[in-house]
Amino acid sequence: MKVEDFTRRLEKIAGWDAEITTYRIGDTWHCHVDNVSPGATVARADGETREAAEREALTKADARLGATRRAKG
Amino acid sequence: MDSYTHPETLVTTQWVLDNAQKPGVVVVEVDVDTKAYDEGHVPGAIAWNWNTQLCDTVQRDIIPKDKLEKLLGDSGITPESTVVLYGDNNNWFAAWAFWQLKIYGHKEAKIMNGGRKKWLAEGREVSKDKPSPKAARYTAKAPDLSLRSFLPEVQKALQAKSAVLVDVRSPQEFTGEILSPPGLPETCQRGGHIPSARSIPWGKACNDDGTFKSPSDLRTLYGGEGVDGSKPVIAYCRIGERSSHTWFVLKYLLGYKDVRNYDGSWTEWGNLVGAPVETGTAR
Repeated sequence: MKVEDFTRRLEKIAGWDAEITTYRIGDTWHCHVDNVSPGATVARADGETREAAEREALTKADARLGATRRAKG
Repeated sequence: MDSYTHPETLVTTQWVLDNAQKPGVVVVEVDVDTKAYDEGHVPGAIAWNWNTQLCDTVQRDIIPKDKLEKLLGDSGITPESTVVLYGDNNNWFAAWAFWQLKIYGHKEAKIMNGGRKKWLAEGREVSKDKPSPKAARYTAKAPDLSLRSFLPEVQKALQAKSAVLVDVRSPQEFTGEILSPPGLPETCQRGGHIPSARSIPWGKACNDDGTFKSPSDLRTLYGGEGVDGSKPVIAYCRIGERSSHTWFVLKYLLGYKDVRNYDGSWTEWGNLVGAPVETGTAR
């Protein structure tokens, strides 16, 4: 199988820079969301469509990134 | 001509396509996200899990020698094998594996430039098959601790100003604004950095496609912060994996002689009672 329809884009999620990578392998769409700095995957999801995979991954990423605490002061 | 000091430690995705199935070549995927391999990987590649297979799972330490020998043997790797490492997120954990292979004296270790991201972006073939390598016998060398720094050495270097400390975490971790990368668990009590450390985030060594920057760009990046190879270098991050990426760049791509990875890193220093900490930007 080949990797098809590979895309990457940057977005702000819960106030943090995030990179959203989506692609298709066979019939399955894969999406993972990485924090930009350092670049670790914080959420991942699969789906039958690009939209479904991204929707689930973005929901998970929003929850995880939103939990990041900033120091006061 | 502008070239890396050890260009033999890097291979292209095309090289991997052309050579992955050859006898004596073993391709290993090591990801930050350990589920990535299951989606599809370089055909013929095996996977190592960084948080169960590339460490001591009882005490905090790198993989013990006997466990490494078993892992490599079970992976069909002999001391003569060419091991090609690649992974997600610009080869972050591939570099972690590379560092440990070098500690135990494996000669032919290489990193696939650009890693998993580049392989996928190029629309290359992937496989879901998990190879079952024929077991081999592997005898590792005694650990080369000149590649690694422990806490007492870092404290000594800080006091004597005998090494340049390079903090490769994100700027927000460096200043103390956050205690861990966004979305990841907090693992330390205090934020900030080791006094005198230079802030050079590890990812700055990479191009957007995940490949390493050119030698001249790397020299400009590190040299601009006073990291030019004239003094020993100690790199650190949170748990020592991002800093193994910088260690690889400084040691193998730029050829600096004395570069060590402090894998205790901020989860050690930032939890240490009484350890000096600076916050804010670099002074």
